[in-house]
Amino acid sequence: MIQKDLTTYAKNTWCPGCGNFAILTAIKAVMKSLIDEGLPFENIAIISGIGCHAKIVDYINVNSFYSIHGRVVPVAQGVKIANRNLKVICFEGDGDAYGEGLEHLIFAAKRNIDITMIIHNNRVYGLTTGQYTPTSPLGFKGKSTPFGTKELPINPLELMLSSGATFIARGYSSHLELLKKLFKEAIMHKGFALVDVLQVCVTFFNMYEYYNKTVYELKEHDTNDYNRALDKIREWDYSANSPIGLGIFYKKNASSFDDNFPKTIPQKEDEKDIKIKNILKDFV
Amino acid sequence: MKEFSLLLGGMAGDGIDKASLILARILNRLGYCIYIYREYPSIIRGGHTYSIIRASQNKITTHTNKVDCILALNQDCLSLHKDRLKNDSFIIYDSDAVKPEGLPLIKQLQGIPLDKIIKEEKALAVTRNSCIIGSFCKASGIKMEILEDVFKRNISRELDMNLKVALKGNENTKELFKLEKISERCFPIFTGNEAISFGLIKGGLNSYIAYPMTPTSNILHFLASLAEKFSLKVIHPENEISVMLMAEGFAYAGERVAVGTAGGGFCLMTEGLTFAGMAELPVVIILGQRTGPSTGLPTYTGQTELHFALNAGQGEFTRLVIAPGDAEEAYFWSALCLNLVWKYQLPGIILVDKTLCEGTYSFNIDAIENIKKCEPVLWDRKEQYKRYLNTETGISPLAFPSDKDAIIKINSYEHDEAGITIEDSVTTKDMCDKRLRKEKYLLEELIEYKPVRVYENANSTVGIICWGSNKGVCIEAGQNLGFKIIQPVVLSPFPKEEFKSAISGLKKIICVENNATGQLIKLIKYYGFDVDEKILKYDGRPFSLDELENELRKIL
Ligand SMILES: Cc1ncc(C[n+]2csc(CCOP(=O)(O)OP(=O)(O)O)c2C)c(N)n1
Ligand code: SF4
Ligand SMILES: [Mg+2]
Repeated sequence: MIQKDLTTYAKNTWCPGCGNFAILTAIKAVMKSLIDEGLPFENIAIISGIGCHAKIVDYINVNSFYSIHGRVVPVAQGVKIANRNLKVICFEGDGDAYGEGLEHLIFAAKRNIDITMIIHNNRVYGLTTGQYTPTSPLGFKGKSTPFGTKELPINPLELMLSSGATFIARGYSSHLELLKKLFKEAIMHKGFALVDVLQVCVTFFNMYEYYNKTVYELKEHDTNDYNRALDKIREWDYSANSPIGLGIFYKKNASSFDDNFPKTIPQKEDEKDIKIKNILKDFV
Repeated sequence: MKEFSLLLGGMAGDGIDKASLILARILNRLGYCIYIYREYPSIIRGGHTYSIIRASQNKITTHTNKVDCILALNQDCLSLHKDRLKNDSFIIYDSDAVKPEGLPLIKQLQGIPLDKIIKEEKALAVTRNSCIIGSFCKASGIKMEILEDVFKRNISRELDMNLKVALKGNENTKELFKLEKISERCFPIFTGNEAISFGLIKGGLNSYIAYPMTPTSNILHFLASLAEKFSLKVIHPENEISVMLMAEGFAYAGERVAVGTAGGGFCLMTEGLTFAGMAELPVVIILGQRTGPSTGLPTYTGQTELHFALNAGQGEFTRLVIAPGDAEEAYFWSALCLNLVWKYQLPGIILVDKTLCEGTYSFNIDAIENIKKCEPVLWDRKEQYKRYLNTETGISPLAFPSDKDAIIKINSYEHDEAGITIEDSVTTKDMCDKRLRKEKYLLEELIEYKPVRVYENANSTVGIICWGSNKGVCIEAGQNLGFKIIQPVVLSPFPKEEFKSAISGLKKIICVENNATGQLIKLIKYYGFDVDEKILKYDGRPFSLDELENELRKIL
């Protein structure tokens, strides 16, 4: 009954040239290929926060959950624990994930819960028209910091590594093929996967030229080695001028939090009543 | 004896909680109905803590200030509670730790050298409790077989040692009178929190999510202990923001879920609460009130969150707010609430307080009214699925992810029927109407369950209105003074007509609440009603029966 085309009737309202288009294109391509390879279409659930990035759920015709600012991660965990058949793919802004909802991200990484986080890291609050975020460079002049920020950004990948994430990668909205590869691997990874996408916001923080000069794709990097991963992740601190590595930094197999719950077994009303009454006997 | 009340007190860390439960279960074996009031400071060791265990031949859900017996493990216990003694009360105290000085004239006073006995028996310090329980059984003529059986069922560690010191306490005490067996009934006794937990299970709970906070932490602990048995997913995430949103993830995936907290945690849940209103996700929130504002008295009681529960969150949406009055009601309404939020797809709040959550009650499951089946409305698979289909009742049929014929889109923005974001004026108004329309149908269904309860002297022209845990104390006081009691259990949607008929014919209406500003009064005023008098208590403690009766007499 449902149309297998992944496009909805929602009108796209991103600015022309916005890096979000690349993420949309890449994820739709990955979904198509996963479906072609046998992933049931209905077992995809996508979740977003609030921000420009978040509109993506309106644009893709699959199960979706347009949540609230910063709260993608707890929702995703609930959905995943409740229905383990689902591939839970999350789209969060940098304001969402690294600001408003940072504690959730750390805890989800710590639990290594089996969800995929795609961070639209434009290093600015797009939807609220241009304020600094946790990953804006030092001295960033946004609407709330007209004289430049006085604080260093966080390095989200370093934070994720130390929190226990088992798949950590960085992409760039102008490297479409790499994005597809990273998204697919992240989704197939069993455990907590995070892809930080340098998604250019043409309107409030246009970094195309800068990134085009500084990014490179990781080659011969051992993704199993924690210390090497840490070194590579520290190469760029999201502020100073230095080469920016793209690709998978770290990958590890580990058991995930959602493995640990009893299966829901539908219970007949009278059986449940008997069970309750039996337990009540212990309270005499 | 028709009723008997005893106070057990000592230091935090003395194991008063467990010991009071054991004493209650011993009295339970004599066929009494039980209520335990627990008071303890928000610290783990030191500080005074006590329980009043009241046993009665009638169903009771409140305590009295005056007691028939004090079991004192420390000096504070006597000093702080001596005014509770009656002429014929008796005291058993630890003669190694307590000096029985400055007491009113008491005929019966027995000192037991607990420390000495413990040392002789090489027993652990916490067994002083068992020793004094053994002593109490002798003083009140209760057979040691009963004590032994209750110990066996309730003590898992060092049972023999506990039995040995109990026997010593018993041998060192004189019999003062005989508490006879008054009936064969022997109900389970447990806390309001446990009743809520069973109620949620009865209502079909799949998952419980909470961040610890008094007075509801024990729901989390208890359900975690039952997780295997009822295949529950019990989770303790990083904070209450996460709790609420995680719950909504569960609801989206089709699992019945509840969360629990107190006012402070509920503050953090409000963004999730209004999201549940907008996205029409069913979640039950157990909101346990305590003394506020802010951290307040964390382990004491209050009824100060009524308007918070009714109004929390931005925007306008339908919500269910229910304030049960005792353990049996807590069971019934928790089960029903879970059913109803799934039928109407909205957030539901079970508004309780420390008094109910941590009070201990005799629980008669056979006395609980039938919970009629009310199933969620499921998608009939005929037309293309739309998560927010605008129907006559406002209820959109449900489908869940992994259904191969449906795409289920949830949205916190205003949305069209398919769940896609919109901003146009017509859809905005239509969808708002749809969500609010559910209230009418919900209220109609609630009427079947008598959302306003009336007790005692129905012909009286004096009425007491109360809500939540004040139910029991008001009923008993009303019984003694011949008043009518009116208890609105459902507070949103407010059953205005039922309330109106409950108070019709009354000449004098008195409102009893545990807050300083009269929150229920404010609510009924909004619906055009008023009261003549109010009795408000906001010192962190619930009303005791004798205290409330005195207050009522003053008014009349
Ligand atoms: C609790 C809360 N605070 C503030 C906002 C306003 N708000 C909407 S989006 C946003 C920032 C979005 O930034 P980001 O997450 O980086 O997303 P982007 O728009 O850049 O894609 C803010 C502050 C909100 N919706 N909710
Ligand atoms: S404001 Fe920036 S992030 Fe938002 S749509 Fe426009 S370009 Fe994209
Ligand atoms: Mg951003």
